[in-house]
Amino acid sequence: MTGSKKRGQKKTGRKSAGPAGKRATGKSASGGGGKTKTGRTRKAASGGVRTARKRGAKKSPPKTSKKSAGKPAKKTRTLATSKKPSGEAKQKRRPKPKSEIALEGLPLFEGGPELKAETPAAIQGEPSPRVPRAIVGTPPPRGKGTKERKGFQTAQTIALRQREISISEFFAKNRHLLGFDSLPKALLTAVKEAVDNSLDSCEEAGIPPNLLVEIRELSENRYLLRVADTGPGIVKSQVPKIFGKLLYGSKFHILKQARGQQGIGISAAVMYSQLTTGKPVKVITRTNPRQKAHVYELQIQTKTNTPVIISEDTLDWEQPHGTQIEMELVAAYKKGLRSVDAYLHQVALANPHAELVYRPPRDSEIVYKRITEKLPAEAKAIKPHPHGVELGVLLDMLKLTKARNVKGFLEREFSRMSARASLDVLEMAGISPTTSPKRITREQAEELIRAFARAKIMKPPTDCLSPIGEELLVASVASEVEPDFHTAVTRPPAVYRGNPFQIEVALAYGGPMFSEDEIVKLTRFANRAPLVYQQSACAITHSVVNTAWRSYGVAQARGALPSGPMLVVVHIASAWVPFTSESKEAIAHYPEIIKEIKLALQKCGRRLARFIRRGVKAREEAKKRSYIEQYIPHIGAALRDILSFSEREEKKIVSKLSTTLEKSRKQ
Amino acid sequence: MTGNTKVVKKIKTEATRIKGTILQGKKPSMKFPLRALSNVRYHAKNGYFEMRGRKKERTLTVNTVKTFAQTLRMMSLSKDLLETDDIATKREAYYVSKNWEAARFNEQPESDAVIDDVEAFFGLNREQLGFIPEEKGGDVAGRLIVVDQDRDTKKKIRIDCTKFGSGAYSIPIAVEHLEFETKADFILVIETAGMFQRLVKHNYWKKANCILVSMGGVPTRACRRFIRRLADSKKLPVYVFVDGDPYGISNIYRTLKVGSGNAAHLNEFFCVPQARFLGITPQDIQTYKLPTHPLKEVDVKRARDAIKNDPFILHHKPWQRALEQLIKMGVRAEQQALAKHGLNYVIDTYLPEKLRHPERFLP
Repeated sequence: MTGSKKRGQKKTGRKSAGPAGKRATGKSASGGGGKTKTGRTRKAASGGVRTARKRGAKKSPPKTSKKSAGKPAKKTRTLATSKKPSGEAKQKRRPKPKSEIALEGLPLFEGGPELKAETPAAIQGEPSPRVPRAIVGTPPPRGKGTKERKGFQTAQTIALRQREISISEFFAKNRHLLGFDSLPKALLTAVKEAVDNSLDSCEEAGIPPNLLVEIRELSENRYLLRVADTGPGIVKSQVPKIFGKLLYGSKFHILKQARGQQGIGISAAVMYSQLTTGKPVKVITRTNPRQKAHVYELQIQTKTNTPVIISEDTLDWEQPHGTQIEMELVAAYKKGLRSVDAYLHQVALANPHAELVYRPPRDSEIVYKRITEKLPAEAKAIKPHPHGVELGVLLDMLKLTKARNVKGFLEREFSRMSARASLDVLEMAGISPTTSPKRITREQAEELIRAFARAKIMKPPTDCLSPIGEELLVASVASEVEPDFHTAVTRPPAVYRGNPFQIEVALAYGGPMFSEDEIVKLTRFANRAPLVYQQSACAITHSVVNTAWRSYGVAQARGALPSGPMLVVVHIASAWVPFTSESKEAIAHYPEIIKEIKLALQKCGRRLARFIRRGVKAREEAKKRSYIEQYIPHIGAALRDILSFSEREEKKIVSKLSTTLEKSRKQ
Repeated sequence: MTGNTKVVKKIKTEATRIKGTILQGKKPSMKFPLRALSNVRYHAKNGYFEMRGRKKERTLTVNTVKTFAQTLRMMSLSKDLLETDDIATKREAYYVSKNWEAARFNEQPESDAVIDDVEAFFGLNREQLGFIPEEKGGDVAGRLIVVDQDRDTKKKIRIDCTKFGSGAYSIPIAVEHLEFETKADFILVIETAGMFQRLVKHNYWKKANCILVSMGGVPTRACRRFIRRLADSKKLPVYVFVDGDPYGISNIYRTLKVGSGNAAHLNEFFCVPQARFLGITPQDIQTYKLPTHPLKEVDVKRARDAIKNDPFILHHKPWQRALEQLIKMGVRAEQQALAKHGLNYVIDTYLPEKLRHPERFLP
């Protein structure tokens, strides 16, 4: 497994904890656009609490500082994780030590390198639009003149209890937000996080992924999970943070198609393991065949969201490079629709370039072979598109940019903003191109956003997307269910809220794996990762339900999924997949996305209809032919019984009638 | 038998026509009257449901070839039965079809439907075609002598229906050849075997000088035909005594009097237009303070459906009022409910009181 962390939320906006201590899960975010920029700054190390406030911005009493979040400690391993055996690659990809990284890049807050990794966030200044100002770290009023009344708290006494909550503490209490709400789901989520990371890292490093997933039952509801990959491995110094710190990862601040997004996933799994078993996780990783592998035993210090290294060693590992994580957890292994088995099956379906070995607890090993040697085209990172940006994000970007004037700012920080387009936009917004970005007021920024909407701006570049492709989808589906008919459609890229996305649909019909009357099997993927839970809340399901399957010859009850011997696979690839929740289980209902899914479904449906009609016709034809052969002799025999004529006469009647019917049928 | 010969001739004529069409290189077809309630009209003067003119034509095509073959096979079976003066129950006909290889029936309802088609096609009833139902015809007791015939000797047999003691004479499946001798004043038709038993046991027929007939639920065709022939030939009034509920009224009584929607092509023979409704009327429930049961949902539905769609009820205002009254009261009463006032109250009080005013009976 690699080191990238994923998951968490998208956000960049500011967030800080409210006095109530509700703190941000990663979710508060604001728009999708700002990830790139805001983030790349700092990383946090350990528990020191720093405030991120900028000077001059509101003055905070000491207490506040504790609660306002710093910029999240996310670091970008830009080229990071991967390391190829080749020397060149190695050099290029080796991550820099963290402090270096922290300082490079954008100018930062004064905060200093150590911030608490809280939620992503708080940069300064204007609150992002989604977070009401009130909860943005305003200090509790100090009680001037507040009268104390009996039995009630004063601001001061309340203040004594107000303190920061670390992200890890928050998730320890709210594990359902991350997909650890039930025992079977916990196992699945842990597998999913590890597998997502492994696949992401292999692809980033250009290595055809080989994965091993092993689940061993230790005792009732106690399992040992081992996931190993042949990826690039993780640089030694990064290992503890990748696995032992929430919201630490490489993907959050880059607009690029990947399974992981926020840097929460694997460390959340580690935390879950720790919460339920008290044991550390074991990580083995090796980046270079000439060096030994590193072995760590890690835990998370939840109060401070920092990794604790229990032991550290080196090892002669049989793999030249790669990563393996081993964790023990309280969970439940189940069969069925939402099982780990089904999940890995689907992973194999959407990742024909990966080889997957699965050792389930009781049954024998399952191997999903690689169907193609070709790795998916590498998805490029892109800058945010003006149509997706929100006010708070824009304000943050204005503060952080190195550009000297707004025109330069627009060209440099956004995709598709040519000199010409930038001037157009600025003219519409009534802002002089030479204004310093730092001087742009909030009102002007709003004007800018309105101008974005009005101006003609090219759609975002789509090379950040890496679809599976019709050919491979079809091959995957065909090897999976051996259908009588299959087809796939990859739509051209489209855009929602400034984020490019692309829809693919594959459809398999008939064959030995289906029975006639069941509801169709719907398999959903987002960036090649299967979506297992919350099917009914998902825009994909919504689109399938709202497609008129009956006109394609497939049965469908009103407001329900169609039924018949059919598998429908829908894949959405996007630099930023809009999930409805942190646990990444369902796609949000953007009209643009629903429209694209339906178009793809309809195209597949039309092809299916042709197939079904052909089949129906052929069957009817055969049936009619056999009808004539079977029943006409009876007409002859019955007439002969009634009228007692000769056998010759009977034959004459039969042949005459057969001819008549055959003829009329052809007309 | 001449009747049989006539039918056989009809069958042969039809077969010849079909054969001729085939030899001309054309597709033969058969026209059937449409057998459904929607194709039925209540003819007040004749007193029964009759078919409206709608027919469906079954042309021999690829799609109909199986049914067509089965219909001809069935006609051929009928011809055999008639020529040998034999009969087959509908169930037996179904088993005979098992010899027809591909054209055999898989379930009895399929063969029943084809038999119905054939009888509608010729405008005959299935007994005339040699097919008989499984069902029992009904029981008779009282002042009646039925004249039947011995099958072998062709000698007349006189059956005295007063001589069955506490038992009764069973109506045969075919009644066309029966003759009657009677001095009774009327025919009393009873829904349930239980009430029939009571009246027989106490020799009610002697007291009231009548003929008792038990239907045992919805009357069979034979039962209807028996009552009709008896009433016609001896000019007897027919009074019907059933439960006071929508089923007794709109199913049992209606079917006896005007026939059914399904066998509309035969209602002309299988109906008893002179029947009148003695009880139990909705009014009786109040007058006699009968114990009741609440109407079930299906009862209410049946009653409303009759008021709205049944051509017979639609024609008779008093029936609409009676059913409305029943729905409004929300209760039903069985014949046996009269036992509340004493087991023989029905014999001593109820029937004599009702029979004093036959003109008040519902139509």
